[in-house]
Amino acid sequence: MLQEEVRRELISILGSEHYKDDPQSLVTHSYDGTPMLQSLPDAVVYPSSTEQVSQIMKVLSRFKIPVVGRGSGTNLCGGTVPVHGGVVMVMHRMNQILEIDLENLTATVQTGLNTKQFSTHVESLGLFYPPDPSSMSISTIGGNIAECSGGLRGLKYGTTKDYVIGLEAVLANGDIIRTGGKLMKDVAGYDLTKLLVGSEGTLAIITEAILKLIPPPRYKKTMLAMYKDLYGAARTVSKIIENRIIPATLEILDNATIRVVDDFAKLGLPLDMEAILIIEQDGDEEAVERDIAIITEVCKSENADQVSIAASLEEAEKLLTARRSAFTALARLRPTTILEDATVPRSKIAEMVVEINRIALKHQVQISTFGHAGDGNLHPTATTDARNKEEIERVEEAFEEIFEAAIRLGGTITGEHGVGMVKSPYLEWKVGPAGMDVMKAIKSSFDPHNLLNPGKVFAKETRKRVVIQRG
Amino acid sequence: MNALTEKLRLRLDEDQLTNCMRCGFCLPACPTFAETGLEAESPRGRIALMKAVTDGIMVPDQAFEDQMNHCLGCRACEPACPAGVQYGQLIEQARDAIEDHKEHKTWVKVTRKAAFKTVFPHQERMKWVGRGLQFYQKSGLRTVAHASGAMKLFPKHMRDMEKILPDASGKGVVEKIGERHPAKGEKVATVALFRGCIMDVLFTETNIHTVDLLTAAGFEVVIPREQNCCGALHAHSGEAEGARDLARRNIKAFKAAGVDYIVSNAGGCGAILTEYDHLLHEDPQWREDAVWFAERVVDISDLLVRAGRSLDFSQDKTQGVAEPVRITYQDSCHLRNVMKSADAPRKLMRQVEGAQFIEMKNADRCCGSAGIYNVTQPVMAGQILDHKMEHVEATGASYLLTSNPGCLLQMKHGIDEQGLSGQMKAVHIVDFLHERMKK
Ligand SMILES: Cc1cc2nc3c(=O)[nH]c(=O)nc-3n(C[C@H](O)[C@H](O)[C@H](O)COP(=O)(O)OP(=O)(O)OC[C@H]3O[C@@H](n4cnc5c(N)ncnc54)[C@H](O)[C@@H]3O)c2cc1C
Ligand code: SF4
Ligand code: SF4
Repeated sequence: MLQEEVRRELISILGSEHYKDDPQSLVTHSYDGTPMLQSLPDAVVYPSSTEQVSQIMKVLSRFKIPVVGRGSGTNLCGGTVPVHGGVVMVMHRMNQILEIDLENLTATVQTGLNTKQFSTHVESLGLFYPPDPSSMSISTIGGNIAECSGGLRGLKYGTTKDYVIGLEAVLANGDIIRTGGKLMKDVAGYDLTKLLVGSEGTLAIITEAILKLIPPPRYKKTMLAMYKDLYGAARTVSKIIENRIIPATLEILDNATIRVVDDFAKLGLPLDMEAILIIEQDGDEEAVERDIAIITEVCKSENADQVSIAASLEEAEKLLTARRSAFTALARLRPTTILEDATVPRSKIAEMVVEINRIALKHQVQISTFGHAGDGNLHPTATTDARNKEEIERVEEAFEEIFEAAIRLGGTITGEHGVGMVKSPYLEWKVGPAGMDVMKAIKSSFDPHNLLNPGKVFAKETRKRVVIQRG
Repeated sequence: MNALTEKLRLRLDEDQLTNCMRCGFCLPACPTFAETGLEAESPRGRIALMKAVTDGIMVPDQAFEDQMNHCLGCRACEPACPAGVQYGQLIEQARDAIEDHKEHKTWVKVTRKAAFKTVFPHQERMKWVGRGLQFYQKSGLRTVAHASGAMKLFPKHMRDMEKILPDASGKGVVEKIGERHPAKGEKVATVALFRGCIMDVLFTETNIHTVDLLTAAGFEVVIPREQNCCGALHAHSGEAEGARDLARRNIKAFKAAGVDYIVSNAGGCGAILTEYDHLLHEDPQWREDAVWFAERVVDISDLLVRAGRSLDFSQDKTQGVAEPVRITYQDSCHLRNVMKSADAPRKLMRQVEGAQFIEMKNADRCCGSAGIYNVTQPVMAGQILDHKMEHVEATGASYLLTSNPGCLLQMKHGIDEQGLSGQMKAVHIVDFLHERMKK
């Protein structure tokens, strides 16, 4: 519970309907999509405007109370778990599309907006917003920006960072800043826009965003390549790129993933294959046809068992939707799935897959692999049971080795899910001590009292997944 | 720890709770989340609350109970869940524990007892309810009640419901047309009709039409006399033992009939019938028979599409051509989400000559009826219904078809409420098909 005085002030800003501190509200804002992490906040607030966010931040900073910005809580790094209690600020009421500028091809939106709703709206206007995290039907633009989310189209179209050109945000002390604008070029000073993208709610609460839109591709084709051997599938990935083709989507699924995804989506996928690749190319018809022909050749040369083309857009969409459910669908095997996010240069995909299998075997844990193979972003996923402490420890050890292997191969500890709580112990491996110092200095210049999402990114705690409780 | 916590710990399936990955995929499917935008009003939120109680993080208070009751039980979250979490089981277990724990006020206890123990389980007593209602409606008492303002004693949503109740019947389908009906033409299979309790007194005609459609499609139909209420209302209201008892009696009645299929024409009943195996899985004596029963249950639309001879929905030109109509369809949640039948009714509607089927936006989303939800949660139900009616109206249909009596009543209520009675009517899909079938 917050002090009575703080409570009163927040209620006078928000109205009692949008300030909650009953057990039900606290419990339902104590978790996110990350397995096994949970911690209760002291209050939950639902602001409706930038102005309100600013007033709230002024009160909270006066009383030194931590705050966690929250979209839909789908992140997988413990990003919205309020480890230090305080206030969870839910952005859902700020969900308006403020403007679509057809002359500049930009959209200005509030950040609590649902990504799928936004993307569908934009498409209805004949435009295209490419970032498409698998969680897009639930997640918010603000959450995508704060995590710099990638998606199935990341390979060719880039990720959220490539589409955010301006922001409005509220600092820890309540000041409102605006960065960038409807500009394709802007080098006035440091690029604070890019700094806030991927800042995981630790630098500011982002309230509005100006997003870049592009014309949609005119034509697309989706294909499925099936392999009796995982290594061949992984090698195909770098071979396609080597042939100077950048598909719009290039996803890999291993056997376990194929099985569970098919069990959920009932697509009739081949259950005896060790891996499949889902490949989509878009653009001008002629170019797409040519690329698809070359890709087919490459798949065959890497011993693909079968290559088929989706008969309709609907069928293709079904396939992609099924792929998006992979992480959760793996829970059909064992109650708990722990998804990781190791990324390597795409020439190293095949080696990484081999490493993952070796490590899983060594620690006697089940790890399935799927991911955005085309951009080197793999999601090795352990299927386990949260209640088996001993097994969870072995899973943790295995993942630690997997991250080591990723960095050894020139990769990183997270390609899209962020650092949050679960990767913070490894951040220094990736950025080095000097890199850490600069990052910490940036953090303290934005948020000197460490009120914005404390316990994330820089935390020193070990990554052990235990249910954390407060109060 | 309080006593309710203990009860919830015993009842709630720990595996299902652990299986929820908190990924949120179910959120967009949930109507109460769509209405409120609140995490607690979502399947992920409700599961988290249940888990918090069993983990000892939260003591189940009144707000917890209210939240469990706020769920429509429409189960749209289940097909949306990639992990395959059986949400329906969890919510029933939670409600069952709550109900078990409750010290009801005396009058609530008496009414509940009357409803759940004394009336619903006895088909012949349902007839009495039907007769009572019929007397009330026909005798002029209804007119008196309305004119005298006596109805004002009831809350508005109850009055609204009373208004749209169809004329009840004191006789059910068996009493009217008998127990056994031979197939027309060559016999395809033998089916038993599940006549339902409310269905049988308020929609006797629909049951009769169901038999007609089935025999025309080549099925021999039996309507076992000893059958009872399906137990859905019991199960969804936390009366699991009552539901199990009814299940056993139904299984016995249908087993004796020895049939290929057991047909239901009410999504809500059909769904629980397909889950008798789950309901009785801990009962060694009945487990096997329950599986036998559950495997045979099928919805009328599905059976007509799957196994029957095609019915002729072309118009009898000698009788003149009927004016073309526009029809639309509201899914029954349990039919769609539990019995997984969404295509069959649409297929049949598209076969009807002179009827243009228009898909309504969000047809797959609960209408707010949800068993007795519209009586227990009038505010949320009303809000959901308002949004539903916007979509209904946008189709410009003159017939709004449904596959479940609860939804049908709710849709009638919605049409009334929006002043649309002049331009459209809500009809059970069976009655519509029956009217349009070439006889
Ligand atoms: C099944 C599944 C699939 C996924 N697939 C992908 C994928 O393909 N690619 C990918 O990149 N990620 C993926 N994710 C991870 C996650 O969905 C993304 O990180 C997403 O962007 C989070 O959005 P959200 O609205 O749920 O944000 P939340 O989870 O609520 O928040 C995420 C972070 O952003 C901060 N935050 C939220 N809103 C604001 C704001 N307005 N201002 C400041 N900080 C804010 C929070 O404090 C937190 O640190 C997936 C997750 C799941 C469960
Ligand atoms: S979709 Fe399934 S696993 Fe995901 S939050 Fe909902 S119930 Fe849990
Ligand atoms: S049953 Fe329906 S109302 Fe209840 S949580 Fe699931 S989707 Fe929501």
